[in-house]
Amino acid sequence: MLENILLTIATAATPLLLAAIGELVVERSGVLNLGVEGIMIMGAVTGFAVSLSTGNPWLGLIAATIAGALFSQLFAFLVITIATNQVATGLSLTLLGIGLSGMIGESFVGQPGVKLPTLDIPILSDLPVVGKLLFAQDPLFYLSIVLVFAVMWFLFRTRTGLTLRSIGDNHTSAHALGISVHKYRYFAVMFGGACGGMAGAHLTLVYTSQWIENMSAGRGWIALALVVFASWRPLRVLLGAYLFGAITIVQLHIQATNLRDLESLPAPLYWLAEIVKSIPSQFLSSLPYLATILVLVIISSNRRLTLINTPASLGRPFVPDR
Amino acid sequence: MRIELVKRSQHSTFFALASPFIAFALTLIAGAILFAAIGKSPLTGLYLYFVEPLTQLWSVHELAVKAGPLIMIAVGLSVCYRSNNWNIGAEGQFIAGAILGSAIPILMPGFQNFLTLPLMLLLAMAGGALYAGIPAYLKARFNANEILTSLMLVYVAQLFLDWLVRGPWRNPQGYSFPGSIRFPDAATLPEIFPSQGAAHYGFVLALIAAIAVWFFLSRTLKGFEVRVLGASPRAGRFAGFSTKGMIFLSFMLSGALAGLAGIAEVSGAIGQLREVISPGYGFTAIIVAFLGRLNPLGAIVAGLLLALTYLGGEAAQISLGISDKVVRVFQGMLLFFVLACDTLIHYRVRFVTAISGEARNA
Repeated sequence: MLENILLTIATAATPLLLAAIGELVVERSGVLNLGVEGIMIMGAVTGFAVSLSTGNPWLGLIAATIAGALFSQLFAFLVITIATNQVATGLSLTLLGIGLSGMIGESFVGQPGVKLPTLDIPILSDLPVVGKLLFAQDPLFYLSIVLVFAVMWFLFRTRTGLTLRSIGDNHTSAHALGISVHKYRYFAVMFGGACGGMAGAHLTLVYTSQWIENMSAGRGWIALALVVFASWRPLRVLLGAYLFGAITIVQLHIQATNLRDLESLPAPLYWLAEIVKSIPSQFLSSLPYLATILVLVIISSNRRLTLINTPASLGRPFVPDR
Repeated sequence: MRIELVKRSQHSTFFALASPFIAFALTLIAGAILFAAIGKSPLTGLYLYFVEPLTQLWSVHELAVKAGPLIMIAVGLSVCYRSNNWNIGAEGQFIAGAILGSAIPILMPGFQNFLTLPLMLLLAMAGGALYAGIPAYLKARFNANEILTSLMLVYVAQLFLDWLVRGPWRNPQGYSFPGSIRFPDAATLPEIFPSQGAAHYGFVLALIAAIAVWFFLSRTLKGFEVRVLGASPRAGRFAGFSTKGMIFLSFMLSGALAGLAGIAEVSGAIGQLREVISPGYGFTAIIVAFLGRLNPLGAIVAGLLLALTYLGGEAAQISLGISDKVVRVFQGMLLFFVLACDTLIHYRVRFVTAISGEARNA
C-alpha cells in the first residue's frame, strides 16, 4: 500500500512540477504569467483531442506542448510588445483558456481517451522498492525531473541563462548593454507555455484518461505558488511539487480508505483513523489549497529571503526608450 | 515589421474614453470570425448575442438579475485594483457572504419579520468582508501574495458550501438532494415589478453601491488616498497614507460588496442555498471592472454588457445550437482587447518596417 501511495504521489506531483519549472524560467526573466492555469487546461484539452482522434498519445503530447507554447504567445504579445498590465493579462489568459477549452472539449466529455504508456527502464525497474518508483513511470515523470536539472544548468551555468537572469533583475540595464529584452522574454514565455501545455497533457494522458471541464482545478495556480515557495530555485520547486503531490494523494487515500479494512490495526492507531475518517471529504479536499496559503505565508514572512531572491523586475512592464 | 511603443507626453483623453468601445468593436469582429469558424452565420450569431435579449420584457428583467451581482462585485474590485491590491477571490467572498447571510433563514426559520432581510444583508456583507480580510491580513502582516491566497480561498469556500448543503444545512425534506430549505417570504429579496419579470432589488442595491463608491472615490479624501497609493505608492507614503490600512480597506470593501451580491443572488434569484450558486460572477466581474475602466459608474455599463453575453449565450444555444461555453470565450477575448486598447492611452503605437528601421539606424 505504501508503495502504491508513493507511486501516485509522483503522478500528482509531475504536472505541478512541469508547470512550475516552466513558470520559474518565465519569472526569472521578469515576467509574471498568471495564465498558467489557462495554458494548462488548453494543453489538457488539446492533448486529449489529438490523441483521441489519432489514437496516438505521443502525438497528443506533442500537440499539447505546441498548443501551450502558442497560447502563451498571446500573453507574450500583449505584455511584452504592447506593455499591458501583467497581472490582468495573465488573468485574462486563464479566463480565455478555461472558456476555449470548455468549448473545444464539449464533445469529448465522457469519452474514453488514450493513456501514455509507462516506460520501464530495463534492469533498473526490477530493483526492489525504488525500481517501480523511479524507473517504471510515465514518460513525463522522467522528463519533468530532467527538466529541473536542465533548467538549473541553463540558469546558473550558461551565459544565456545569466543574461536571462540579468534581464529579470534589471531590464533597463540589460537593455543598455544591448541585450534584446523582448526577444529573451518571448522565448522564456514560450518555454513556460510549452511546459504548461505538457503539464496539461499529463492530466488527460496520464493522471486520468478523460476530459472533464475545468479539470486543472487550480493546479496552475498552485504551480505559481510553488515558484514563490521555491524562492525561484529549481531544486526547491522539485521539493515543493512533491510535497504538494504528497498532500493531495494522502488526502485522496484517506477519502478512499474504508474503516472496516483497518480493524486489524492496534487500538490507538484505529482510533486515530476513526477521527481522521470523521473529517468530511470536502475538508480533506481543501487541504492542498490551505497548504498553499500556509507555505506562502511561511516563505513570504521572511522578507529578507524574498527580497534577495525575487527577480527585481518581476511584473514590471518594459518599454525601451528610443 | 515590428511594433514599437512611443510614450505620449500626456495621456490621451480621447483613448481614455474610447478604448472600451474600440475593445468591444474588436470583440464583435473576433466574435463574427469565431461564429464563421464554427460554421454559423456571424450576423445571426451576433444578433442573438447582443440584440435579441433586449427585445423582450422578461429577458430585460433577466438582464438586470445577471447584471446586479456583476456590477456590485466589479464596483468593489475597482477600488481594489485602483489601489494596487489584487483581489481575485471575489467568487469566494460571494459564497462566504451568501453562507453567512443564509444562516438566518436556515438556522432560525421562525425569525420572520421586517428585520430578517436587513440582518441577512448585513451579515452577508460582514461575511464577505471577513473572508476578504484573510488575504488582506496575510498580505499586510506576512507579505504573502494576495493574488494566490485570495484565489485559493475560492476553492475552499466552494468546498465548504458543498459540505454545508449536503451535510448540516441540507433540507431534511429534500429527498436527499443537496440544498437548503427554501427561504420564507420574509427572507426573500422582493422583485421590483413582480407582474412583469424576475428582476429583484439586488439590481437597485448594485446601482446604489456604484454611485456611493463613485462618490467615495472621486469626492472624499479617503478615495483620493486610494488613487494616490495605487498610482504611486511612494508618493502615498510620503503623504503619510498607510499602505497597510489601504490593503484592509480595499479588500474588505470589495469583500463586503461581493458578499452582498452573494446573498442578493441566493435570496433574490435562487431562493435557497445550493451547492453551486454562481456561474462565475466573481471572475466575470474582473472583466467588468476593467471594461468599466476601474470606474464604478463605468462598471454599471460594463456589467450590463457582460450580463448581455450570458443571456445571449443562452439564446444562441437554444436557436443555433452553439455551446454556451462560447460566452466565456467572448468574455476572455473582451478583457484581452480592453487591456490592449488601454495601452493606447499612454502610448502611441508605431509600426516599424525593416527598411524604415534601417534608415533610422543609419
